[in-house]
Amino acid sequence: MSSLSLRASKRFKATPPTFTPWVCHACRQRRTFAFTTPFNQQQPPPPQQQQQDDNPTHFGFETISSSLKASRVGAVFSSVASNYDTMNDLMSLGIHRLWKDHFVRSLNPGIRPTSGKEQEGQRILDIAGGTGDIAQRLLDHATTINGDTKTHVTISDINPAMLSEGRKRFAASPYTTADRVDFLEANAETLPTIESNSIDLYTVAFGIRNFTHKDVALREAFRVLKPGGVFACLEFTPHLNNSLLDAVYKRWSFGAIPLIGQVVAGDRESYQYLVESIERFPRQEEFRDMIKEAGFMVPGGGEGEGWEDLSAGIAAVHKGVKPV
Amino acid sequence: MSRLTPSLRPLLLLPPPLRARAFSVLNRPPPSYPGHVPLTSIERGALAIGSAFGSLFNPYRHDLIASLGEATAKPYFITRLHRAMLQDPTGRRILRDRPRITSKNMRLEELREYPENSVGRAYAAWLDREGVTPDTRDPVRYIDDPEEAYVMQRYRETHDFTHAITGLPVIIEGELAVKAFEFANTLLPMTALSLVAYVRLKPVERERFWSVYFPWAVRNGLKAEEVVNVYWEEELETDVDVLRARLGIEVPPDLRDIRKKLRDEKRREKEAREKEQQGGSG
Repeated sequence: MSSLSLRASKRFKATPPTFTPWVCHACRQRRTFAFTTPFNQQQPPPPQQQQQDDNPTHFGFETISSSLKASRVGAVFSSVASNYDTMNDLMSLGIHRLWKDHFVRSLNPGIRPTSGKEQEGQRILDIAGGTGDIAQRLLDHATTINGDTKTHVTISDINPAMLSEGRKRFAASPYTTADRVDFLEANAETLPTIESNSIDLYTVAFGIRNFTHKDVALREAFRVLKPGGVFACLEFTPHLNNSLLDAVYKRWSFGAIPLIGQVVAGDRESYQYLVESIERFPRQEEFRDMIKEAGFMVPGGGEGEGWEDLSAGIAAVHKGVKPV
Repeated sequence: MSRLTPSLRPLLLLPPPLRARAFSVLNRPPPSYPGHVPLTSIERGALAIGSAFGSLFNPYRHDLIASLGEATAKPYFITRLHRAMLQDPTGRRILRDRPRITSKNMRLEELREYPENSVGRAYAAWLDREGVTPDTRDPVRYIDDPEEAYVMQRYRETHDFTHAITGLPVIIEGELAVKAFEFANTLLPMTALSLVAYVRLKPVERERFWSVYFPWAVRNGLKAEEVVNVYWEEELETDVDVLRARLGIEVPPDLRDIRKKLRDEKRREKEAREKEQQGGSG
């Protein structure tokens, strides 16, 4: 009888028993994350004003003091140097070759030799050009297409590991024997060994977003270029123009690229830094204005805006001319 | 971020039950422990496939074997192992204390001083024989629950002890035997997937693996107690045979001895053949 009354009392409970379904830890964590943090708070925090003595700057989504940035970037590039070219192919699905080819072709380095006049070759400075792929293209274009055998390229990089990859590339090259390429380990913000007004063409491809002080580097570029010399920069942009393509591109950047870095190179952090540094780079308009501020004249680009978008805005070519 | 995806913003402002899957590549939750990287299911699948092929083609990439283990451990297997630890009193103590085995706290010089036939001495002897040192293993990064991440880390760090008490060498044949044993014992998918490296064995080795080591591994792995529940730091002075009897593990035939004997035999045969040829020509 007591068991019946027990069952009966259960049936006639005033409040129904509360049933909380069991949720595994991972799912519970994801739900609390989704429910409690509103969408706007979930983005990486912008660099905050810190009461520190040193100027804070960004390192990807982290905020660090400016004095540390060069060494942190140095560590990243020392780590990626050995499979830099392979990783570039995998991350951009080979499209980086098209961008670099277009960049060099549009610059048309080399002076076509005219009969009679004996002229000295162009002096080109390739900044952050460690592994030498832009320098290789510049020299090939000048020699093969313009028939200029006197053009000289100085490859400069702050990172010795990247420079040694460049040296390896040029080790058996005819350009080395003809003394048309040399290597300079230097910080682009100070180039004391390069005289002012001595460079015809200054190129920087996919390097300037890693500089601690881009404006200082731009002013240094202005100093070393001859009047009439050309500053050319190939760099990633933080956002694409088309928002649907941008959504796909961002998911590729933040999902696939660190994963490829982990599987191929064993280094997720460096590739995470690379995609975060792209996100932190100024937009094309802002960067064009920075170039103008350094004193350059900026010619109208593809749409007359002062830069040229490549691949729907994934990368952009910025050019400036030092006034005569 | 708002100007990033203006067309997707309205979707993401939906009420929470519909937005429960807002965890995406661009929207990761904060890490549960230092070094934690929360991955979406697609990323985990891609990591599993990439690590599997990467480690097959380059077996020196230990970090890929580690990430394969982490990517394939959820949803069920690491939870089962965690539960197996919780069901055992020693396992619970390990989870409470969370001891770590690194190159710093397992010093080879100290281990050699342990009493004869103790676990510590056997471990040191095995390390010396194989010519390896106890090194710090890769940290676990892709498992979301911090305690399950510790279970994975513990499994990784005690792998060498499993080698030591079974006496199996670090060559690929020995590693496959240990992995087969670990699969039968821990049920982690990575251990079973590692057996694909069977294709790298020579025919003689394959035959030996099939006839001797694989049956040994399956039999002992199923019969033995959970090796992850052994508090190795406390068992260093225990007699090895006592520990093996307690766990229920038989010692497999010494692989290095078998290989050496075969090599010596082959060399003797070769010398005998050469002598015959010389004798015949002379």
